[in-house]
Amino acid sequence: MNAIQKLGLGVFLLALLLFNALLFMGRFELTVQELEQSVKQEHVEVLRQELQPMLGKTYTSSFGFATDFNRYLDNYNEEQQRSQQWDRVIWDDYAFALARVASQGFVENNKLLLLFLTVILGAAGALVNILPKYRGEPAGIKNNGIMFSSNKARGVVGITIGVYLTAIYVLLYWYPEYLVNWALLVDPLSYALSGGPASQWFLYGTIYTLAILVMGVRMFRKYKGNNYQLLRTASVMFFQLSFAFLIPEVLVLLNLPWYDLKNIWPLDYDFFFEYSVASMLGSGSIGLFLFIWGILLIILAVPLFTYFYGKRWYCSWVCGCGGLAETAGDPYRHLSDKSLKAWKVERWMVHGILVIITVITLLTIANFFTEFALLKQSTDMLHQWYGFLIGSAFAGVIGVGFYPLMGNRVWCRFGCPLAAYLGLVQRFKSRFRITTNGGQCISCGNCSTYCEMGIDVRWYAQRGQNIVRSSCVGCGICASVCPRGVLKLENGTEQGRITDIPFLTGNESINVLN
Amino acid sequence: MRDAAQTGDFCIRTKGRRIVIIGNGISGITCARHIRKRDPEAHITIVSGETEHFFSRTALMYIYMGHMTYAHTKPYEDWFWEKNRLELVHDWVTSINFEQKELQLQQQEPLKYDILILALGSKPNMFNWPGQELEGVQGLYTYQDLQKMNDNTANCRHAVVVGGGLIGVEMVEMLLSRNIPVTFLVREKHFWEHILPKEESELVMRHLREHHVDLRLQTALKELLDDGAGKVSAVVTASGEEIPCQFVGLAVGVKPNIELVRNTQLEVNKGILVDQRFATNIPNVFAIGDCAEYRVPVPQRQRIEQVWYTGRMHGETLAHNLTHPEPVAYTPGPWFNSAKFFDIEYQTYGMVPSRWEEPVTSFYWEHADGKIAFRAVFNGETKKLHGVNCLGMRLRHDFFDQALRESWTVEQVLVKLHEANFDPEFYERHHRDILQAYNRQLGTDLQQEKKEKKGLLSYLWR
Ligand SMILES: Cc1cc2nc3c(=O)[nH]c(=O)nc-3n(C[C@H](O)[C@H](O)[C@H](O)COP(=O)(O)OP(=O)(O)OC[C@H]3O[C@@H](n4cnc5c(N)ncnc54)[C@H](O)[C@@H]3O)c2cc1C
Ligand code: SF4
Repeated sequence: MNAIQKLGLGVFLLALLLFNALLFMGRFELTVQELEQSVKQEHVEVLRQELQPMLGKTYTSSFGFATDFNRYLDNYNEEQQRSQQWDRVIWDDYAFALARVASQGFVENNKLLLLFLTVILGAAGALVNILPKYRGEPAGIKNNGIMFSSNKARGVVGITIGVYLTAIYVLLYWYPEYLVNWALLVDPLSYALSGGPASQWFLYGTIYTLAILVMGVRMFRKYKGNNYQLLRTASVMFFQLSFAFLIPEVLVLLNLPWYDLKNIWPLDYDFFFEYSVASMLGSGSIGLFLFIWGILLIILAVPLFTYFYGKRWYCSWVCGCGGLAETAGDPYRHLSDKSLKAWKVERWMVHGILVIITVITLLTIANFFTEFALLKQSTDMLHQWYGFLIGSAFAGVIGVGFYPLMGNRVWCRFGCPLAAYLGLVQRFKSRFRITTNGGQCISCGNCSTYCEMGIDVRWYAQRGQNIVRSSCVGCGICASVCPRGVLKLENGTEQGRITDIPFLTGNESINVLN
Repeated sequence: MRDAAQTGDFCIRTKGRRIVIIGNGISGITCARHIRKRDPEAHITIVSGETEHFFSRTALMYIYMGHMTYAHTKPYEDWFWEKNRLELVHDWVTSINFEQKELQLQQQEPLKYDILILALGSKPNMFNWPGQELEGVQGLYTYQDLQKMNDNTANCRHAVVVGGGLIGVEMVEMLLSRNIPVTFLVREKHFWEHILPKEESELVMRHLREHHVDLRLQTALKELLDDGAGKVSAVVTASGEEIPCQFVGLAVGVKPNIELVRNTQLEVNKGILVDQRFATNIPNVFAIGDCAEYRVPVPQRQRIEQVWYTGRMHGETLAHNLTHPEPVAYTPGPWFNSAKFFDIEYQTYGMVPSRWEEPVTSFYWEHADGKIAFRAVFNGETKKLHGVNCLGMRLRHDFFDQALRESWTVEQVLVKLHEANFDPEFYERHHRDILQAYNRQLGTDLQQEKKEKKGLLSYLWR
């Protein structure tokens, strides 16, 4: 690392430090007026009473504020539950909204400056560190020192990052009121894009997109000279920035439902839930278009594109989860478990989740068409549980938080029901395969080591067998790191794609049956 | 030397025969796996002193460079052996009693066998240079060598690698990956001179220099100097130049590792002498892999073949012979090999010598960036292809295997070269340039055979 790169890293770390320190800064003071404007009419009276001790009181951080609020509200709710006054329990989550309006002082008054000092300077620092990488060196992938790295080989740094990311995800999904200062930072951006204040999800989307863009640039450096990797990375960067980040905000600006045009059911698990269908169908012809588009993706795009190109067209070229995994997650790709046991667990889990979400979706639709005679409101509970366990805990907390511990594709491999669906098509009806080059394999193991999906590529390559696996996302790294040119991702004819009893080219004495 | 006459049955074929293999490298392991497929009853034992489990020797460099750990280099998970009832004995064999059919082990009880397979591998050549026993001076072959290299280079400020072959260049790359500057002594005029034609060799040397390798051609090692404490402090070249260093890698070839069987009834020369079915002079004793030497070499092949692929094919063939009533002679297909010089991959198919004579001739093409090259060597009169070299691009093994087996002409190959392309998608393709260059050099007017098929949107992906 040269001096400039060190400077970049230093700036990044300082920005990160300040960013985290922000959570403990600012003042929070809730007035009656603010309370009245932020909660439903029917709750104003109750909350004014219950939160009496808080009103007008000054808190020095969102932690104190949110803790008090949650305590008072819980007390109240418990009381109602004890006395069986179910209809009086307040289920709405006001903590984030109230912390937002209550915020005053340093952070609230210096949003733009702080946005610059943390997010923008942090990204810039990271880029200064990344851009000079491999400068002046010939093109070629260098995985030097990865196994000695504390960050990349589950050392102290890696575990710390894993714990940190996990904690952030837990706050984001279940305690966003503690992250209110971060959301404030991106307010200016949110107003500019959609005309409204930033939610925790807008904050998340901003950081997420930035991570893909900055670490995408790292991919450009690391894999320079490798056109497949460059194009693929450019593609995920494009889809994240436009489809996942900008277009949905513009839709909101136009008073349309927030919608990510490349998110496909069953990854987009609530696509068929009453509230999303109602919101789409209630938004005129564009809403109807979005609904039909979503269905076409499921029944046409997935089978067709996967037939021609394999599931990579989505997983490592378009998908947002894949986008993060392939950029920010790239340094951790070798941490996936390659054992046969892991493969067995994977198949049960990922297909199990596909079955579960399919059943839930079918029940929901049936319930809808029987006008809720079938299951009444109990599908709501299914939705909540699925959202909690799979949508949040698995896809988010474990999916990203565990990058430095279990590799960058834990969610995609063990959890994503869309990956399972794409994988079934890829396994049974597709032209895609990884061809092995005759007898050239030296069993070195680079391919298996760097497979993020935990496929033991070498096991196939050394016996001359094409790799046709439902989980393969076609990232192409195995082919890139193979020192003997043994692997090639190809879309070819279906005939000869699956070689069950291959024999290795080169030995004419016998046709070796493996 | 003639092939020994076939004596009686090829090997003991009783049910539950005890087959012992010494050596768990690619040849021994391949043989064991294939025997197990055909003979579920045999007791198969594999003895090796180096490591308990089979690992990929070719990947040693990547462990040092931090690309992989030792565990990553094991091609099979540890449960594999028990599941396939391949008993592993982690010990050194100290002597073999061919009469009693018994092995003495260093630590454990003696082992009896009905059939013995010697897959002992190689060891680095040493040419009795003064000072070669100093600390910090070593070859690289075994896992223990790698650990030693790790220790020896811990505080190294400058290193010297001797020997212009594949292991030498790997050692140079390993050292540079840890930011240790390296001087690379090559005795010949060109790198890997007896294998690579001049142009290929020059291309590789340019690339080495691009990686800041201090490459010294026509420089032989004379002696190694002691720092006074038993450690190496410098090398002296034949011309008397002294190069200070704290580590010296000796990579001047390997030789069969046959100390174990020297001066026994087993007939040996450089390696263990075997016939074309890998039988030695002693019944029920066989030898495969790096340690075997053919009494009668396969046409166009060396007497001793010291590469991964041949070790594998030996294992496959011997396993077949031990499990089928009719043993077959080892008949390798057209030669192939590959290597990687830092970032430049090299593949070869068929026979490309470093020099050739009439009527053999050659066609060479090099990309403008000087990092990609293709050579075809062929008979100038009949145009029959002898072999190809390629650098910086990947070619399909099956394509050339067929072309060489069916004796295609170089022109038949070049008009179809797009079918042989094995580079990743979206890479620049070279078959047109290569064909044009051939037309220019030989005054022909060949046209590429029909365009590659275009499926729906496939032009996006090809
Ligand atoms: C650094 C390096 C890189 C290489 N790269 C390539 C490459 O890229 N491509 C290629 O084609 N080839 C390569 N080779 C050569 C290739 O690895 C060998 O040809 C191949 O491994 C030989 O296999 P084998 O089974 O014959 O013997 P080995 O793999 O050498 O196995 C022999 C085993 O026998 C054991 N043994 C020997 N004597 C005893 C005893 N008395 N008691 C117990 N055990 C004993 C040894 O411990 C050893 O484990 C490379 C070699 C090295 C060293
Ligand atoms: S990286 Fe290439 S040579 Fe190494 S095991 Fe995989 S396919 Fe074989």
